[in-house]
Amino acid sequence: MFNSSLSQLGAALRAKKISSVELTQSYLDRIATHNPVYNAYLTVDNKASLAQAAIADQLLATGSAQALTGIPIAQKDIFCAKGWRTTCGSKMLADFIAPYDAHVIEQFNRAGAVNLGKTNMDEFAMGSSNETSYFGPVRNPWNQNAVPGGSSGGAASAVAARLCAAATGTDTGGSIRQPAALCGITGIKPTYGTVSRYGMIAFASSLDQAGPMARSAEDCALMLNVMTGFDERDSTSLQREKEDYSRDLNKPLAGLRIGLPKEFFAEGLSADVGARVQEAIAEYRKLGAVIVGISLPNTRLAVPVYYVLAPAEASSNLSRFDGVRYGYRAPEYTDLADMYEKSRSQGFGEEVKRRIMIGTYVLSHGYYDAYYLQAQKIRRLIAQDFTDAFKQCDVIMGPTSPSTAFNLGEKGDDPVQMYLSDIYTIAVNLAGLPGMSIPCGFGTNEMPVGLQIIGNYFDEARMLNVAHQYQLATDWHSRAPKGF
Amino acid sequence: MTWEIVIGLEVHTQLSTRTKIFSGASTTYGAEPNTQADAVSIALPGVLPVLNKGAVERAVKFGLAVGAHIAPRSVFARKNYFYPDLPKGYQISQFDLPVVGMGSLAIQVEPLSGNAKPYEKVVRITRAHLEEDAGKSVHGASQGMTGVDLNRAGTPLLEIVSEPDMCSAAEAVAYAKTLHNLVRWIGISDGNMQEGSFRCDVNVSVRRPGEELGTRREIKNLNSFKYMQQAIDYEVQWQIDTLENGGKIHQATILFNPDTGETRAMRSKEDAHDYRYFPDPDLLPLDITPEMLAAMRTELPELPEARRTRYVNELGLSAYDAASLTSSREMADYFDTCVTSVGNAKLCANWLIGELSAQLNRDGLDMAQCPVSPQQMSGMLVRIADNTISNAGAKEVFRTLWAEGGDADLIIDSKGLKQVSDSGAIEALVDEIITANADKVAEYRSGKDKLFGFFVGLAMKASKGKANPAQLNEVLLKKLAG
Repeated sequence: MFNSSLSQLGAALRAKKISSVELTQSYLDRIATHNPVYNAYLTVDNKASLAQAAIADQLLATGSAQALTGIPIAQKDIFCAKGWRTTCGSKMLADFIAPYDAHVIEQFNRAGAVNLGKTNMDEFAMGSSNETSYFGPVRNPWNQNAVPGGSSGGAASAVAARLCAAATGTDTGGSIRQPAALCGITGIKPTYGTVSRYGMIAFASSLDQAGPMARSAEDCALMLNVMTGFDERDSTSLQREKEDYSRDLNKPLAGLRIGLPKEFFAEGLSADVGARVQEAIAEYRKLGAVIVGISLPNTRLAVPVYYVLAPAEASSNLSRFDGVRYGYRAPEYTDLADMYEKSRSQGFGEEVKRRIMIGTYVLSHGYYDAYYLQAQKIRRLIAQDFTDAFKQCDVIMGPTSPSTAFNLGEKGDDPVQMYLSDIYTIAVNLAGLPGMSIPCGFGTNEMPVGLQIIGNYFDEARMLNVAHQYQLATDWHSRAPKGF
Repeated sequence: MTWEIVIGLEVHTQLSTRTKIFSGASTTYGAEPNTQADAVSIALPGVLPVLNKGAVERAVKFGLAVGAHIAPRSVFARKNYFYPDLPKGYQISQFDLPVVGMGSLAIQVEPLSGNAKPYEKVVRITRAHLEEDAGKSVHGASQGMTGVDLNRAGTPLLEIVSEPDMCSAAEAVAYAKTLHNLVRWIGISDGNMQEGSFRCDVNVSVRRPGEELGTRREIKNLNSFKYMQQAIDYEVQWQIDTLENGGKIHQATILFNPDTGETRAMRSKEDAHDYRYFPDPDLLPLDITPEMLAAMRTELPELPEARRTRYVNELGLSAYDAASLTSSREMADYFDTCVTSVGNAKLCANWLIGELSAQLNRDGLDMAQCPVSPQQMSGMLVRIADNTISNAGAKEVFRTLWAEGGDADLIIDSKGLKQVSDSGAIEALVDEIITANADKVAEYRSGKDKLFGFFVGLAMKASKGKANPAQLNEVLLKKLAG
């Protein structure tokens, strides 16, 4: 049952082979067993989850169930969920009970899904290993000493360890795709503006985008069907017809043009990851795809550009955490300025403070033009690279991450090494394009390798089709870590 | 050696939308603290701003009213600083790309001193931009603590920035008053100064003629024209004294204390924030479509300046009367209604500027609260115009209308105020007086012209005040001449 797909679970629920309450309870039991080790969940609320499951069972009984009705979904702790503690992985919000639902949460509630709990994450989504969480790191189910990636590390770990049917994540520079790769699961970050950011705690507003993390492309398509949709409360939400992301899953791939950017296979890529990606490409050839060599010359600037723009936006987005209205306030202070200083110094972790400092610096008088404006210009060039590339190909492929999962503590002292974990994913966020990661084998250390698929704007259905056909031909995505 | 005064204004006018600029929370003034603070006003984690179209429409209307360039695309920016009444830690405003560009406003200046004549001046408006208001810090709310009320947080403001085109307190006040009238006239703000709907920051500097601009100091948050004038007068004198005593002016933000009539520095330039402006990534650029522009242009009423000109050119009123009548839209509309049914513009103007305004003043009312409707007023003015009642009779009709309401014709009837215009009756009356006062008539005829008034008095008394004064004069003059 824990290896069933979402559609299988849905069918079992609708056929009354199992009730949502039973299903939810069995996941809760499983979480109780494994979470003390993996720390994938920050908050579990049996009562709340089971209550939702009971309602789902009524919907199932009356025959008014939708695809995900009754299915337990893990929610990244970046989404406000009414009545749920919502921490964003920070001491700043350690006791914050959200008084409202994010759009994503509302969508799952409307679909009759069960909120199984809130997953661990890097503090304010800033990190690539889940080690910046105030609530401690998450462990990778493939190897307890390895990181799960980040920032959606709890979600990735929970999906890989079968501690939920599927999960939500958010991706600002790779935070869905990189942990998906490191934990051997499937994740997709849709086109910017496809999923409403309302109620999703902002890191870098122009880059943040929520998406599903699951064990297959097919599951991701069902999740995306629920998560997407126009929301007038988010001005950057796109007004588009609702689409069925499952519609093209079974299309054949004959004639598909896959672009391979030479910059994604250059220095910095581990040999084993490179080899697995090439093998996956070979599989695609067998499926009828055509390989096109392309170039994304400005992607080499993606990491530096990102580390100007994302911190700039973050420095401002995180100003509201000031100890005045909610969140952490220092127990002792002398005056207002001291209250701000102590509350924020004590409430934020090192990585968050580092990025606030960088962001404040690049927006400062005298530096703005040289950093922020310059970065915005290069951002447009990076997006243009993709636009040009998509004239020659239908999808772009490459590695998701330069290496497989590294060990806990391995990169903790070197932020730049950590930042380079996202070297292949960041450009996609800067361009606002959809990107996904699917498992494509294992590295020399027996850890999963992810294949990144980048699509053109609003081409999620095609990407899911491309991923699904591969998953029909291979079984990497259905491999489970030992003991799960 | 003389000094030149240089003044520029930044005016924050609260736009009259029902809800806030970036959320659906109410903007009603005076509610219990924080009862109008929704998730966006409190800046809960995860909330996002959504622009209120009504605020944009009002800004565009203003731009059109001052003949400004309306930016087809403008940008909202974040102004970052920490303060407890600023819930997000930044204010959403417009920085390098405001919605309203350069425009201008013609003002009528009445010099405050001596016998200088009123004159017209055109003040250039640099820009106007949309932004959100902050909340309020309530100091000493409980046990020496400061409370925060976020009801006002997110209230839409239009910040209107002028060029430093004014060179006296009188000009600054005239500009502020004209602007205040305009925003109410075009219906974008209630302009309520007590409630902070129209707040002025005044930049003042002085220089010797021909020299570079002096260093300016900014008087913050003036919410009355009287204080504005006092503050500028004090500040100008202070700057002149300082410079004449060999001192230097340092750029500073200052506050005016109405109790002492003095200004004092709040913070110097050295304490100035680096606001780290950058485009707000939560909001799309603001595009003003040609359709919206056209719609706003259609909705714009005839503007005060155009109406003033019309009153002078088409109705033959004096510049002074025209300016008085256009001092508010309510007054001007009242006047138009009267003129339409009465016809005699000068008569209407005199009554509105004179008796009606005086009575409003005495009762502390503004035009919108006037108990006499323009229709009632017209009913009376028509009877003055057709000589049914005398001016004295009209005053009594007006007092009755004000106190009790009703209809002018019924009041005239019931009080017997109809004046006697029957020339036969007046001649008979005059004949009687001449016969009864032969001695005085003789005196008059021998050159004592001053006695004329005595005869008028007698005749009026005899007619119980109802004789048509003009007619009576004529008959008296003729008969007394012998």
